[in-house]
Amino acid sequence: MTSIKQELRHASKATREDVFGKVITYCCVAVIAVLVISILYFIASRGIATFTVNHVSLWSFISQTSWNPGLLDAHGQPQIGALAMMVTSFTVTILAAIIATPFALAVALYMTEIAPNRGARILQPVIELLVGIPSVVYGFIGLTVVVPYIRHLFGGTGMGILAGTLVLFVMILPTVTTLSVDALNALPGYLRDASLALGATRWQTIHKVLLRAATPRLLTAVIFGMARAFGEALAVQMVIGNAVLMPHGLVTPTATLTSQLTTQIGNTVMGTLPNNALWSLALVLLVMSLIFNLLIRFIGKRGQLS
Amino acid sequence: MSMLTTENLHLYYGQKEALKGIDLAFEAQTMTALVGPSGCGKSTLLRCFNRMNDQVSNAKITGSIWFDRENVNGPAISLVTLRQKIGMVFQQPNPFPFSVYDNVAYGLRLAHSLPKAVIDERVETALKQAAVWDEVKDHLTENAMGFSGGQQQRICIARLLAVLPKVILLDEPTSALDPISSAKIEATLMQLKRDYTIIIVTHNLQQAARISDRTVFMLDGNVIESGPTQTLFMTPENQQTSDYLNGKFG
Ligand SMILES: Nc1ncnc2c1ncn2[C@@H]1O[C@H](COP(=O)(O)OP(=O)(O)OP(=O)(O)O)[C@@H](O)[C@H]1O
Ligand SMILES: [Mg+2]
Repeated sequence: MTSIKQELRHASKATREDVFGKVITYCCVAVIAVLVISILYFIASRGIATFTVNHVSLWSFISQTSWNPGLLDAHGQPQIGALAMMVTSFTVTILAAIIATPFALAVALYMTEIAPNRGARILQPVIELLVGIPSVVYGFIGLTVVVPYIRHLFGGTGMGILAGTLVLFVMILPTVTTLSVDALNALPGYLRDASLALGATRWQTIHKVLLRAATPRLLTAVIFGMARAFGEALAVQMVIGNAVLMPHGLVTPTATLTSQLTTQIGNTVMGTLPNNALWSLALVLLVMSLIFNLLIRFIGKRGQLS
Repeated sequence: MSMLTTENLHLYYGQKEALKGIDLAFEAQTMTALVGPSGCGKSTLLRCFNRMNDQVSNAKITGSIWFDRENVNGPAISLVTLRQKIGMVFQQPNPFPFSVYDNVAYGLRLAHSLPKAVIDERVETALKQAAVWDEVKDHLTENAMGFSGGQQQRICIARLLAVLPKVILLDEPTSALDPISSAKIEATLMQLKRDYTIIIVTHNLQQAARISDRTVFMLDGNVIESGPTQTLFMTPENQQTSDYLNGKFG
């Protein structure tokens, strides 16, 4: 009797390992949490400084199009209007998503429904390859192939939203495709059987049942792609033209939030207005990625309910 | 005349012969139970009737199945019509993750565009026939996945009744359900067999005895014995049938 009691009260090796594992896990989580919070704090405090320390009005930041943080205008005000960059960022993001989605869906359907074995065997490595190509290479191809072609077709420099969109379209295609494949694979097989057994053709089954049932996750896939497009800097910077001007069409040079950040951050001094103004752009990017995240969560929740 | 007849039906999965020459006739307005140990080919046989084995790439069928004088395996047959005339209920309730209404209307909307009033009426009739109308009538726009397993299964039955089938195939429709839900499904089927030809696969011999008119005992791809349920259960002719019914194997 006593021996059982003793044994019961004695912490076993497994229990000690359990505690040890827990401690390590919590430590790692704590480190990451501190890291994330400090990054958020840093960007936010710098980004807000433009408005609190340098007294730029928030309204002119989001509604004006002239961007020249180093100079004062006729009224002695610094020219900090980010509207042109925001418009360009959103336009390339949305256009890239609009072009990429049908291709991604077609490839995903081919890989999951139409030729699950052959399709996946050939296309899976292709997609992985596309993911693995560094963004500078995409930008380089854009610069040497896409831009001259656009210049040839439309005149001008060839740089601008169209070039940026085309480069981003190829860059987000693998992301959207992979997530769409996951979305379709996650559908229970019985949906397919149920639809076929009611006399539906394969195509009817795909578009009336499978795509519909997978809609929340497919939307999530598209938003992930948009988040990637919105945040991509290097490749876009190489083909967008880098002139902070309101775009007057798809082929005029302009700049995105990210391209402006990467081209200018080295030219400013920490703590000055031009530097703070760039941090404000970074803050906009951060807020947008937060919004993308919330959107994904929201849609995910809705998907579970329905 | 029989509603469904099989003649020397063989089915091969690659090299494996899963059905070894089945000759059966299924009468209209009767419920036939298919019983037999696991792996004897009950589901395979059932899936021959609505050509669901077409989905299995290595399945090869010889012999014929006559559905109202039409060869089910013939080249002229329209799969869409065949599957609307011969509906299937699966072991796991498998409603679409849509509203109850959209589930039941699904088959109706596939073939032609019917006026909304007609669809409304057919949906209501089907849900009533499946004895689930009272439970869902105030929730037609709610997601079918939110209902209990038994309700889902009856929604699935309504879904196939809406396209006006002649034959209903059921593959262990109650084995994933609790006893009360099972009893409700059984009651529903007892109602339906007045108007439809029903073939039900079941591992529950009491269930077969309770609700079926005829029973077919299969073993290893062969039909060992078939006949009126009463006769087969009380006085089986074959020793293997008797052993199975007495729980000696299976
Ligand atoms: N897609 C397939 N490919 C190869 N063999 C298969 C396939 N489907 C079924 N089989 C085999 O065919 C035989 C009959 O299977 P079937 O599913 O018809 O049995 P069953 O009587 O329905 O069994 P259970 O009572 O377990 O559902 C089994 O031996 C099974 O392993
Ligand atoms: Mg089976």
